[in-house]
Amino acid sequence: MMAALRTPRGLATALILLVLAVLPLLTQAFDQRYLLSIGTRIVIWSIAAVSLNMILGYGGLVSFGHAMFFGIGGYAVGILSAEGVSSGWIQWPVALLAATAWAALIGALSLRTRGLYFIMITLAFAQLVYYVGSGLEAYGGDDGLNISRSRFPGLIDLRDKASFYWLCFALLCASLWFCGRYANSHFGLVLRGAKSNELRMTALGFPVFRYRLAAFTIAGALGGLSGILLANEGAYVSPAMMSWMKSGDLIVIVVLGGMGALFGPLYGTIAFFVLEEALPPLLNLAHKGWGEYWMIVFGPLLVLIALYARGGIDSLLGRRHE
Amino acid sequence: MEYLLLQVLNGVQLGLLMFLLAAGLTLTLGIMDLVNLAHGSLYMMGAYIAWTLIGVTDSFVLGTLLALPAIFLLGVAVEIVVIRKLYARDHLTQVLATFGLILFFNELVRALWGPAGKSIAVPGFLNRTIEILPGVPYPAYRFAIIVVGALVAILLAWLVARTRLGMLIRAGASNRRMIGALGVNIELLFSLVFGLGAVFAGLAGLMAAPIASVRIGMGDDILILALVIIVIGGIGSIKGAFIAAMVVGQIDIVGRAFLPDILKTFMSSSAASSAAPAISQVLVYVLMAVVLVWRPTGLFGQRT
Amino acid sequence: MTEPLLRTERLVKRYGGLLATDNVSIDVRPGEIHALIGPNGAGKTTLVHQLTGVVAPDSGAIHFAGRDVTRLATHARVRLGLGRSFQITSVLREFTALENVALAVQGHAGHSFRFLADARHDEALRGPARRLLEEVGLGERAGTLAASLSHGEQRQLEIAMALAGEPSLLLLDEPMAGMGVEESQRLIGFLRALKQKHAMLLIEHDMDAVFQLADRITVLVYGRAIASGTPDEIRANPDVRQAYLGEEAA
Repeated sequence: MMAALRTPRGLATALILLVLAVLPLLTQAFDQRYLLSIGTRIVIWSIAAVSLNMILGYGGLVSFGHAMFFGIGGYAVGILSAEGVSSGWIQWPVALLAATAWAALIGALSLRTRGLYFIMITLAFAQLVYYVGSGLEAYGGDDGLNISRSRFPGLIDLRDKASFYWLCFALLCASLWFCGRYANSHFGLVLRGAKSNELRMTALGFPVFRYRLAAFTIAGALGGLSGILLANEGAYVSPAMMSWMKSGDLIVIVVLGGMGALFGPLYGTIAFFVLEEALPPLLNLAHKGWGEYWMIVFGPLLVLIALYARGGIDSLLGRRHE
Repeated sequence: MEYLLLQVLNGVQLGLLMFLLAAGLTLTLGIMDLVNLAHGSLYMMGAYIAWTLIGVTDSFVLGTLLALPAIFLLGVAVEIVVIRKLYARDHLTQVLATFGLILFFNELVRALWGPAGKSIAVPGFLNRTIEILPGVPYPAYRFAIIVVGALVAILLAWLVARTRLGMLIRAGASNRRMIGALGVNIELLFSLVFGLGAVFAGLAGLMAAPIASVRIGMGDDILILALVIIVIGGIGSIKGAFIAAMVVGQIDIVGRAFLPDILKTFMSSSAASSAAPAISQVLVYVLMAVVLVWRPTGLFGQRT
Repeated sequence: MTEPLLRTERLVKRYGGLLATDNVSIDVRPGEIHALIGPNGAGKTTLVHQLTGVVAPDSGAIHFAGRDVTRLATHARVRLGLGRSFQITSVLREFTALENVALAVQGHAGHSFRFLADARHDEALRGPARRLLEEVGLGERAGTLAASLSHGEQRQLEIAMALAGEPSLLLLDEPMAGMGVEESQRLIGFLRALKQKHAMLLIEHDMDAVFQLADRITVLVYGRAIASGTPDEIRANPDVRQAYLGEEAA
């Protein structure tokens, strides 16, 4: 544990986690409520990115529809809330179950395809969910739906920003813990072996499809959890939360942080949000008014990252010791 | 009956527009093994460039004719600056880099043309109806789209089946080394094919402009539809893309036109008319899922 | 006579108009090395694909270890004891030699739906893996990334991985390919020592190796088995001489 702190990676990660752990205290001390709301979204998106990393990073499965799990988790909570079921004890299990079942179903269909076809079929399923969401006229259609936050009477009040933040942070820590075990478990090694050489793994007697399906389902469930949290964060759900651009953002985050690195999704999410917040003012410094068009810089930056920095931020922190 | 015919024609028109967009995509995928998400941006740029040139020349025809070479040049420029570096990379790199291009182009358009949408008026000589059958009028502009789309489809079919370029196209990505061995300048060939794809995409964008509107991100959703079409048709297959585009066009239009009436039998009419477009979209994606589960490399894709 | 371990019955596989496998019936008995030879394009690879379950035959049957496995999936055949090495070296390049073999041991040990235990320190996997590496002469290289091993070492690693499944039959697809004379000789000695425990179906271009190792040889030409017999019989067979010399002359 102490040895880990001596590496740049260990030190950086510990610092990040420490800051995140006390963030509500910091934002209160400096009276920056806005930062807490960004922090909450960073933590929620990190959970989603961890879940995508479980299939993309460790499995090599380029799922281009992961934001659909935002939608499924979010809409399950939203629809129940609109129908008068406000208890989180019902909402959350139903939402998780829905995300898990959907992930298992489309995983079973999608994983029959390879390469580009897999990218496209996951994208198509996400679009399908997107249009179902926008067609739900009773639940706001394209405009989305205002909801009340899930109730856990006597346990936690999600309307309290700090409590909600800490809940999200605890769930992020749990996700990271699980992902760390998962990556080096018997299961994780099979998944990573199949990423490296599928034919070989099959010849060793591994039914690769089943392992991938299990991974896809787990990732879907965890993605659904992030959707539940996202819905509660804004007290609002809409089809926009699962547009394909959001799925693209999630891939960007995972690659930016470092695919297949345990804390990569965390680095990636923070970098992504920091760029989003910092690029406009920086550009405004260079020339007033340019800040509005920050994506003109961000887009080419992505191209450069894709071409020249596929190891992501994690690789800047030195060699990894597996 | 007349109504049905008109809707089927609208479906053909939409299908041909989709085919124009899908043709360039399936060519770049089939020959260069490249996923280009920014293809939708070229569609958008086609519409915006045409809007400007039509304004400058004060002529729809002239503006359009000038826009096409401009799009070609833009396409070639994008190919040289970014795309060329992506051929040898994996699909994930291509997805990421071209996703970056989308963000760039969307923002560029916002900076150059402003956030508000534009509209291109239907040119005067096409702003009327023609009788496609005795007593059955159809908007001339939409009919013109069908004619242009069909001409391009025929041109492409000829190109692929009869020319040396087509032979190289049919040889496909798997035989890239063989193409090199034939002494063809691959760099030039790829630039040309990419530029050609850009022209088709831009043409689709500017032709769609008078019907839809010219706005930021107009290419993003339609790009996904075009990707769905080439995946249904089988990557690299022009024939597959054409058939899939026609089917998707029909599903979309017929869904929009007839679903509301069907839905009204069991839901309120306002709910029915707003749910119908979503349902017809859903049907397209269900179709794709069914095709891929049945044939994992699409209708006319090469088996691996 | 002992019951054959592997037996194919009139296997047929067509690709369009091409008859890639034309009524091939071969068998491998326990304790023997049966070599499959033939000029390029004779259909050896297609036959291997059918035996391993990568493609399904159009007609005919494959029996292995007393079962009809014609329609069985690849991984299920592996479980029954059909191990293989690949024509093109196929190892997990991002994993160390030891991890490669440990995964192979894991594949043989049953399902791996264990999410929390750390497999990297599982002695039940590492111990046998280390022993297998020693056995094929890679003990010193256990911690090296597979990608950094020499070509010959990668072939040895592959065989260690195949052995981890304790296969009753090893299907070796050109194990000598790309090896130097010295490495080949070492491998030949090693395979000879293995055959008591593991019967082998050997696909090989190196005729020296084939005639040194094989108990029986089957010659495949244009998808058909034109001859089958002991090395001496094959050497004397006029059809084989013609097929091979014809090929050489062409």
